[in-house]
Amino acid sequence: MEKFLINGENDNFEIVVGLEIHAQVNSQAKLFSGSSTKFGSKPNENVSLVDAAMPGMLPVINKHCIKQAVKSGLGLRAKINKFSIFDRKNYFYADLPQGYQISQYSDPIVGEGNVEINFPDGTKKNIGIERLHLEQDAGKSLHDQHPSKSYIDLNRSGVALMEIVSKPDITSPDEAGAFIKKIRSILRFLDTCDGNMEQGSLRCDVNVSVRRDGEPLGTRCEIKNLNSVRFVMMAIVSEAKRQVEEIENGNEIIQETRLFDSDKLETRPMRSKENAHDYRYFPDPDLMPLELTDDFISNIKSSLPLLPDEIRVKLVNDFGLSDYDASVISEEKETSDYFFIATEGRDGKIVSNWLTTELFGSLNKNSLSINNSPIKPKQLGELVGFISDGTISGRIAKDVFAEMFETGSDASLIIEEKGLKQNSNSEDIIKMIDNVINNNQDKVNEYRSGKDKLFGFFVGQVMKDSGGKANPKMVNEILKEKLN
Amino acid sequence: MPIDKDIVAKVSNLARIKINNDQLSTISNELESVIEWIDTLNEVNTDGVDPIANVSGQKLPLREDKVTDGGYSEKILNNAPEKESGFFVVPKVVE
Amino acid sequence: MTEITKKTILEIKEGLKKRDFSTLEVTNSFISASEKNKNLNIYNTFTPEKALESSKISQKRIDRGEERLLDGIPIAIKDLFCTKDILTTASSKILSNFIPSYESTVTQKLWDAGALMLGKVSCDEFAMGSSNETSCFGNVINPWSERNGKNLSPGGSSGGSSSVVSSGSALAATGTDTGGSIRQPVAFCGVTGIKPSYGRCSRWGIVAFASSLDQAGPITKTVSDSALMLNVMSGFDDKDSTSADLDVPDFTQTCNDFKLDKVKIGIPKEYQIDGMSPEIIKLWQQGSEWLKDRGAEIVEVSLPHTKYALPTYYVIAPAEASSNLARYDGVRYGLRNSQDNLDELYAYSRGEGFGYEVQRRILIGTYVLSAGYYDAYYRKAQRVRNLIIQDFQKAFDKVDVLLTPTTPTAAFELGSQLDPISMYMNDVFTVPASLAGLPAMSVPSGLSKDGLPLGLQIIGNQFDENSVLKIAANLEDQARFPFLN
Ligand SMILES: [Mg+2]
Ligand SMILES: [Zn+2]
Repeated sequence: MEKFLINGENDNFEIVVGLEIHAQVNSQAKLFSGSSTKFGSKPNENVSLVDAAMPGMLPVINKHCIKQAVKSGLGLRAKINKFSIFDRKNYFYADLPQGYQISQYSDPIVGEGNVEINFPDGTKKNIGIERLHLEQDAGKSLHDQHPSKSYIDLNRSGVALMEIVSKPDITSPDEAGAFIKKIRSILRFLDTCDGNMEQGSLRCDVNVSVRRDGEPLGTRCEIKNLNSVRFVMMAIVSEAKRQVEEIENGNEIIQETRLFDSDKLETRPMRSKENAHDYRYFPDPDLMPLELTDDFISNIKSSLPLLPDEIRVKLVNDFGLSDYDASVISEEKETSDYFFIATEGRDGKIVSNWLTTELFGSLNKNSLSINNSPIKPKQLGELVGFISDGTISGRIAKDVFAEMFETGSDASLIIEEKGLKQNSNSEDIIKMIDNVINNNQDKVNEYRSGKDKLFGFFVGQVMKDSGGKANPKMVNEILKEKLN
Repeated sequence: MPIDKDIVAKVSNLARIKINNDQLSTISNELESVIEWIDTLNEVNTDGVDPIANVSGQKLPLREDKVTDGGYSEKILNNAPEKESGFFVVPKVVE
Repeated sequence: MTEITKKTILEIKEGLKKRDFSTLEVTNSFISASEKNKNLNIYNTFTPEKALESSKISQKRIDRGEERLLDGIPIAIKDLFCTKDILTTASSKILSNFIPSYESTVTQKLWDAGALMLGKVSCDEFAMGSSNETSCFGNVINPWSERNGKNLSPGGSSGGSSSVVSSGSALAATGTDTGGSIRQPVAFCGVTGIKPSYGRCSRWGIVAFASSLDQAGPITKTVSDSALMLNVMSGFDDKDSTSADLDVPDFTQTCNDFKLDKVKIGIPKEYQIDGMSPEIIKLWQQGSEWLKDRGAEIVEVSLPHTKYALPTYYVIAPAEASSNLARYDGVRYGLRNSQDNLDELYAYSRGEGFGYEVQRRILIGTYVLSAGYYDAYYRKAQRVRNLIIQDFQKAFDKVDVLLTPTTPTAAFELGSQLDPISMYMNDVFTVPASLAGLPAMSVPSGLSKDGLPLGLQIIGNQFDENSVLKIAANLEDQARFPFLN
């Protein structure tokens, strides 16, 4: 791929990006309390005494969240640390009830790993993972309810997050986008995070710096709280352009935390972070260090599902799909789940064709996700089965598909009801062909004298007479025999 | 380690405690003498000694992932100095 | 028949069982005593109606022969334990209007055992202090003051808890001990108290001061009463991750064992410090003699890092406190000083709501954790803490318990100790066991030449409260301490 550069007045600059992804752990209850993680409840409804930091309240850790972090670490091909520590990160903020966030600083649960990102042109790149750690989410401040007040809802306070930190290996907005999509995809396959960016289950902080070719790393700025891949990519470009401009104007880049304004397409310093923070990390004395046994880790390892990269290879090797189709199907968990169910006992290549063309096309047209597909995977499988065994022709199959998509009915029912079953009875077909030949003797002569193109006409006539149901393969064969 | 008024001001800002200017020098003197006293720890050779954070000798207990708490927002808000429609209320925060 | 308020818990239990008196009579006696002692300023919140109400339920159970361990026993609660629907202030202005919707694990266990709540008693603000002078409601007066014609400090931080028992206003009280906050005030007030091993009592629902050090414990007149209270207060709690998942032995078992053959008592030589009063040294020797008389072997041991315990404590405790007290920010509960800007709201609320000593400790704690100092102070102190623990481990390879004075002096006059470090020196003998999480108990063992109570401390190995209680019972038996009430 071509190198991504920001063109300044005088020089071209390359960009260096590192990402911090906050992924909400899939769990019923919070990281250190028994209250619910449910989204969309009434304000302060999913809040326990612990989450509200009432005097004398203490944290007790959720085992499932630890499992989820380990599982994610394994999915990122990362080192699982058998000894990790929960630290307090101390700062005052309206939606941080304890006055500190329980996080992991010196000894995270997951260490270094890597993920492979893929581009449409078939190129790949490895992006290093620095670490993954567990921490509490903060509550939510609403700033638009009152002219001079902020409203605080602690429902999210204490929900488990995995903070995944990349190495600064990313050198273009496209790579950043591909990286986030890949992380999201891996976590969703693992069922450790639902990846829902609109609901804030996945949020990104981006560290951006620029440099002239061959120069050492520049000073970085962190852009916080980006909640879509598009915004991440836009923010990187805006921030990189700002930094290039500053440098070319002879100014130094100050390391600071910034926010992205998606309307103005610019970043600005974050007010609440103006006083550089001194977080005074120290091990939380309410929690002992977390020690994992080999058994605990190997149990999780042995229950890991296939991940997108592995599925892609499997689709190519075992199902004979093209590289492109394989990567389309393996990107989303729902799609690959759909594929594997639909393809049970069927021809994978035909399923893949119907899935990526007909079904995706119809879903798109109706703005539906594959989860809400009116055609369930088993139903698509059945349809493909009828095509493979000659019950219906490909052309009829398209009509059946349309009917299925509209009504949600099974292919077998539609075929039965409308009598669409393909006719493969050779006597019937011979009869129909003889009939056509008899009624079109002039055209038969023309054909026999060299007008090959007329063959299609005879096929069409027979199919028309059969109501489309005659087995086209047989029609072709028998026609050829009779005419030649 | 001398502790001057600037350090006290910085630390009290980190701790979000309003300290009146006329108290700054008393406090900085007191902190300085306490810190000086604490500095006697430097006499102790701690090479190769692990730092101890907790003495309970217990393993970190792990909880099952079940919803067992919450659902009482009125209790949560009961002592709030200012609340509105189920929210805690603070002066507007500008980010 | 002796006056009800002069009795021990065991005697009251006996009397209730034999129908010498009813729970109502007992409760009323302590309510009257509490009212009579109003001048001591012990209670932050007095709840006689609650005690009376519960006394009826206790009486019914006693009548049915189904009495529980503490049925009909009126007790006072340090105002650091959260009590459902009852003001819980930590003696701080910042919590002066806080009413919890929940009950601490330890107090819940006490109510479940039938104990009756007389009220919430004063302490140093957030348990930070050794004189009870940092309470926002003014200091408690040591009940021994009147007899000695001085205005004496009850010690702290559990100054109200010690005074309420010493003055005969309650049969027992809960205390908490972070660096000596049970042991020093009981020594000053001439009563008994034990800080159990760290993890023995749940910390859930107790306003936190320093999480790695805080422990609840009972304050009573006698060792057996403390053992009984501790039986009820102890036990694993799945809501406190640092709570010890261990069976609780019957602590009253060893309190009547007066044979000390094969028992080895360690005398740590480093506890012989400058400025200790000669009468305390004498009492300490006397204590050794008493135990020797019962057959114990006295062994000198060395705890070489003792002199570093206090500075270690004054890094770790303020550091943890600075973080634990960050939640008092005027947003969800407690005092708010309204300002237009949130950071100002925090700073003014905390500036107004916290007293001077608490502010000072938060600032120390913030300083030692801040960028550039963390390794030099906090990590260093954690390493020295390890050495202090190792000292104890080596000593307990040789001996069963350690015998030391509880405090370097008897109770001092209120307002007499002005600079922080000399105040901190009060805890010089109690802090090391706190850092190591060991059980330690103070028994009133004699009087100073001014007629003020002096205590001896027994320190045991981790989770070996029974040895501590056994030696304490022997000291108590020999000392025949003249209780004020
Ligand atoms: Mg970040
Ligand atoms: Zn984070």
